[in-house]
Amino acid sequence: MIGVREKYEGNGAYGPLTRKEDARFIRGRGTYVDDIKLPGMLHAAILRSPLAHARIVSVDASAARAHPRVEAVITGADLAERGLAWMPTLSADVQAVLATDKVRFQGQEIAFVVAHDSYAARDAIELIAVEYDPLPPVSDATTALDAAAPLVRDDVPGKLDNRVFDWTAGDKAATDEVFAGADVVVGCDMVYPRSHPAPLETCGIIADFDAVRGKLTLWSTSQAPHAHRTIYATLTGLPEHKIRIVSPDLGGGFGNKVPIYPGYLCAIVASMATGKPVKWMEDRSENLMSGSFARDYHMHGEIAASAAGKILGLRASVLADHGAFNATAQPTKFPAGFFHIFTGSYDLRAAFCEVTGVYTNKAPGGVAYSCSFRVTEAVYLVERLVDVLARRLGVDPAELRMRNLLRPEQFPYTCPTGWQYDSGDYPRALRLAMDMAGYAELRREQADRRARGDYMGIGLSFFTEGVGAGPRSHMDILGLAMADGADLRVHPTGKAVLAISVQTQGQGHETTFAQLVAGELGLSPDEVEVVHGDTDQTPFGLGTYGSRSTPVSGAAAVMAARKVRDRARIVAAAMLEVAPDDLEWAEGTWRVRGDPEKALGIGEIAMAAHSSIELPAGVEGHLDASAVYNPPNLTFPFGAYICVTDVDPDTGEVAVRRFVAVDDCGVRINPMIVEGQVHRGLADGIGMALMQAIVFDEAGNCLGGSFMDYLLPTAKECPSYELGATVTPSPHHPVGAKGVGESATVGSPPAVVNSVVDALAPLGVVHADMPLTPASVWRAIQGRPLRPDLAVE
Amino acid sequence: MTGGSDEWWEGNAAVQVPAQVEYEKATSVEHALTLLTRYGPESRILAGGHSLIPMMKLRLAQPEMLIDINGLTELCYITLAGNQLRIGALTRHAQLLDSAVVGQYFAILHDAERVIADPIVRNWGTVGGSLCQADPSEDLSAAFAALKGTMVIQGPGGAREVAAREFHTGPYQTVVRPAEILIEVRLPIRAGGGSSYRKVARRAGDWPVGAVGAAVWLERDVVADVGIGLTALGARNFAAAEAEDYLRGRPATADNLDRAGQIAAENCRPVADQRGPADYKRHLARVLTARVLSEALSRAGG
Amino acid sequence: MKLTVTVNGTDHTREVEPRLLLIHFLRDGLGLTGSHWGCDTSNCGACVVWLDETPVKSCTVLAAMADGHRVRTVEGLADGGRLDPVQEGFTQCHGLQCGFCTPGMMLTARWLLDHNPSPSEAEVREAISGQICRCTGYENIVRSVLWASRNGG
Ligand SMILES: Cc1cc2nc3c(=O)[nH]c(=O)nc-3n(C[C@H](O)[C@H](O)[C@H](O)COP(=O)(O)OP(=O)(O)OC[C@H]3O[C@@H](n4cnc5c(N)ncnc54)[C@H](O)[C@@H]3O)c2cc1C
Ligand code: FES
Ligand code: FES
Repeated sequence: MIGVREKYEGNGAYGPLTRKEDARFIRGRGTYVDDIKLPGMLHAAILRSPLAHARIVSVDASAARAHPRVEAVITGADLAERGLAWMPTLSADVQAVLATDKVRFQGQEIAFVVAHDSYAARDAIELIAVEYDPLPPVSDATTALDAAAPLVRDDVPGKLDNRVFDWTAGDKAATDEVFAGADVVVGCDMVYPRSHPAPLETCGIIADFDAVRGKLTLWSTSQAPHAHRTIYATLTGLPEHKIRIVSPDLGGGFGNKVPIYPGYLCAIVASMATGKPVKWMEDRSENLMSGSFARDYHMHGEIAASAAGKILGLRASVLADHGAFNATAQPTKFPAGFFHIFTGSYDLRAAFCEVTGVYTNKAPGGVAYSCSFRVTEAVYLVERLVDVLARRLGVDPAELRMRNLLRPEQFPYTCPTGWQYDSGDYPRALRLAMDMAGYAELRREQADRRARGDYMGIGLSFFTEGVGAGPRSHMDILGLAMADGADLRVHPTGKAVLAISVQTQGQGHETTFAQLVAGELGLSPDEVEVVHGDTDQTPFGLGTYGSRSTPVSGAAAVMAARKVRDRARIVAAAMLEVAPDDLEWAEGTWRVRGDPEKALGIGEIAMAAHSSIELPAGVEGHLDASAVYNPPNLTFPFGAYICVTDVDPDTGEVAVRRFVAVDDCGVRINPMIVEGQVHRGLADGIGMALMQAIVFDEAGNCLGGSFMDYLLPTAKECPSYELGATVTPSPHHPVGAKGVGESATVGSPPAVVNSVVDALAPLGVVHADMPLTPASVWRAIQGRPLRPDLAVE
Repeated sequence: MTGGSDEWWEGNAAVQVPAQVEYEKATSVEHALTLLTRYGPESRILAGGHSLIPMMKLRLAQPEMLIDINGLTELCYITLAGNQLRIGALTRHAQLLDSAVVGQYFAILHDAERVIADPIVRNWGTVGGSLCQADPSEDLSAAFAALKGTMVIQGPGGAREVAAREFHTGPYQTVVRPAEILIEVRLPIRAGGGSSYRKVARRAGDWPVGAVGAAVWLERDVVADVGIGLTALGARNFAAAEAEDYLRGRPATADNLDRAGQIAAENCRPVADQRGPADYKRHLARVLTARVLSEALSRAGG
Repeated sequence: MKLTVTVNGTDHTREVEPRLLLIHFLRDGLGLTGSHWGCDTSNCGACVVWLDETPVKSCTVLAAMADGHRVRTVEGLADGGRLDPVQEGFTQCHGLQCGFCTPGMMLTARWLLDHNPSPSEAEVREAISGQICRCTGYENIVRSVLWASRNGG
């Protein structure tokens, strides 16, 4: 890694420590939900609709019920009797658990079969006879608001069209004025295709209801176990303290494991009905066809600038395809997530965006997939527009960005749509990326190659994210504010156990959080055990997504540790017979000012705190502490990416040759883990840009229902990444850290697309939509682009 | 696996485990034939299973009896016999790729094997299974069509030989009868030959959007004979016969190769799918044909 | 049907349905949950184990086909208490995040190094190209295998 040295060097606990969790995983001893086998456990499978839109005439499950290995079959009618046929979504819409009236997307849940083994359950779903009355579907979002469009949500009283919401941000009048006075205005239509986070482990649950104790235990692939518990309590009527959710090792999440899926609720009902534990694990096709999708934004963007290349304003209008139910996961106030951070990293005068959400006969979900609540779409929009502008002005895209980036002295900076960026040194990051890439040399090479008829592209992107949701005054999900707790216990021998509300899906919380606490208490990370993923053992919080673990829960852990440290100071003062004010915290000990010999570590102090030592009034002993962290603001990580591609215009094949990524996520607690997060996001960007898309045909068939059709990048499409770092601490986070989990997923797709479009510039290509498959690249060159959201004609 | 169509889901319940089936291990080719005869048309040979088992998981295939031939090591070989290379039907993709003698005579097969599926699938999928699956996207079918190989099919009454280009009778259909087994592929070795295969895929390990293989035999600078195979591009018998006819007897100039590509493109009937629209595939037929011909020529070396 | 499979050196005899996939035999039948399942279409490689001497996708092989054969899983990678260099490499180089792809990746890496003790970066990428990792972007998996190659093979 190249870049600025770590700021908080004095803190010995930070650094590229190998991970604590690895020991079990490399031995095959992780415990994922599907690894858990409870005595008497039953296995479930779901019958799904083959049609995108149809009225259900009848569901006959009698043959399935008669199958010798089947224990129960639950249909929509059965759920309706219990008032559970519908459930609320994370966006306060409702979603069918098992369809009763009609099916609204291909893959929708119709019946839930519970059998003694998973093979029999799957055999039995074939025995269920469903009679459908097919309806015309709407799978093309651009026609969803046509008067003739089929009505998706006839279940909503009075609903006469497919509109979910209209939403705007920014100052329209001011923006129009800026545009009217600008020398240059360029625009571009672009689609951010529907994709899917596709963690390698699909979603699943084991529901185990103990009727005697009245307690429901759920082993669940959940990124947000506490929020889920509250929702289940509300839904089922079970008291919340009688629900325990264990989210064991998760095989990735990336947003896919934030929502509550119908299968979860069915498993609970089935366990209550049969009195036995019930396991339901998605197949991959179920995961891709019915689980939470991401993106699906049809965007028109415009950028205004002076002739000298000063960016003045931005406008965007967006059609957001939300599928059949509005189940997006985002803070309640923001139906388009944080899309209005679309002014990006640039100093401009005015901006305005309008977003219209529509229902279609496609799977519900939305937001999910490492997108920082739609910052992904926003960054893509502005970074593509800046490149289009650079082309129009005849200015190098790096130069245009450099001219317009926010300057360090502008921070904290309030952008035209109201976000307050906490800190940044943007030009420094871009310069570093350009130095690492050898930017000038690359441009020379490109010119040489062009002269020889080779098509090489150099693409840049500069992103700013807002992560770590969020301030409770204006960020909540279903009324639950986005603050997180941490409980820290310090045992008599000075070993600590930290319980956190967030849930690792591979991010290495067991290591990073141990480092955070160790850093505050002068312990070794080995002396801190991190407990997470069990609602009976951890404090409330909203979970891990939106890169919020370190910014929110990490801060809570630090605040709890600082409370411990303050308490330890009082105890140490009593032990050393001095006043607390005479002590200073140095080298992981409380020591007497001016007398470094007299120092006590947390271990000695903890023992004393548990002993009969006399403590000042008001101090009860022990060192344990809790904290709840309500972030004052989001943190704003940023970065500069450069992608080099080689394109064969005859076949349309694209090869990513190099990827330089400079990230600034503030202070890096474990730089090795941070880099791992960036690597992942870069692969995501390559995947999104080149191959990942969930496409539908006119009949509403999902054409991305398997890994054969929904392509994910392999090691061969990914180059060896070149990473760099700058460190601009967050001024409001207790250790100066910002989130990083989604940075590269957000920042890298435009760099790849910009690179491919740059390669094709001599052929007159100004824009091409993702995914840039060989066919779509070739068609873009022919001037007859393929639609990325609909089946190939 | 159904490489040619990505709409396998349509109308199918996603059932991701096979239906009930009987299973028996064949101990010899004769035994396998006996079992096939005994259990009739609902029985299936199970070779690598890398096409059959995925289809069974989706219940697109529901055989009643599987006859596992993986124990028949006698079908697992690559040997030189006079002016022929003989490949046993149970030879794994990986073995073909690792074989020096294959590389020496038929570079096209190494080119193709490098891009068939992925290394793990290649460890287990077989040459015979590939051919018998008869997926229009199967790479080896086109490669063998280009090489003008011969398939040896064994039945209860003995063995028969069928030209590679007569082996497939349509998508997922071959001349192998229910009680027969493909046991060998024979490839003629002729002097002055060179060959090559190129595939365009959306990603490593994906089935081809389109692929072309060619073998050329030169006499001085004239194309004495040529074979061109097209994969996933809607060519009859996986071959571009019209383009071959054009090129045969003509000098191997760049213009002639381009023209051959054009003819190949004009005579194939690709269908649109998520891998690409028909016009693009047709364009690929043209570009790739010219490219593999040129590379095959550069390898021909007299 | 009755079958006997030698898994990590131990014989296991079980009565199974012929349709049972090897991955489910290992996970549900023998409780060896280190091998994972990640897709329906033989694309992801989370299920890779060795059948005799070669890595295979155990979701695409019937347990019946392993009858009379040897299977090696992640649980059989370490030599008693001693970790395989590949396991060490994955730890040292942060070659895993969620750990779901890791067993399959390590088994392929072990096979590669047995046949090619000093692979190039490109050879490592080729070897694991039939296996999906959603977490690491592959960078550190490649480094892990190269680390193992330099440290004891
Ligand atoms: C993920 C994945 C990607 C793939 N990508 C590609 C690709 O890019 N290109 C490509 O060409 N292939 C690809 N394949 C297919 C692969 O090459 C298969 O291994 C091959 O198609 C079938 O070989 P098999 O031995 O597994 O056949 P099986 O699945 O065992 O058999 C296939 C069919 O042939 C019959 N059969 C098999 N052997 C005989 C015989 N000797 N006589 C008579 N009938 C027989 C069977 O009964 C069955 O109907 C891919 C497969 C997978 C799983
Ligand atoms: S489970 Fe995906 S390849 Fe086996
Ligand atoms: S580490 Fe999560 S899939 Fe590879």
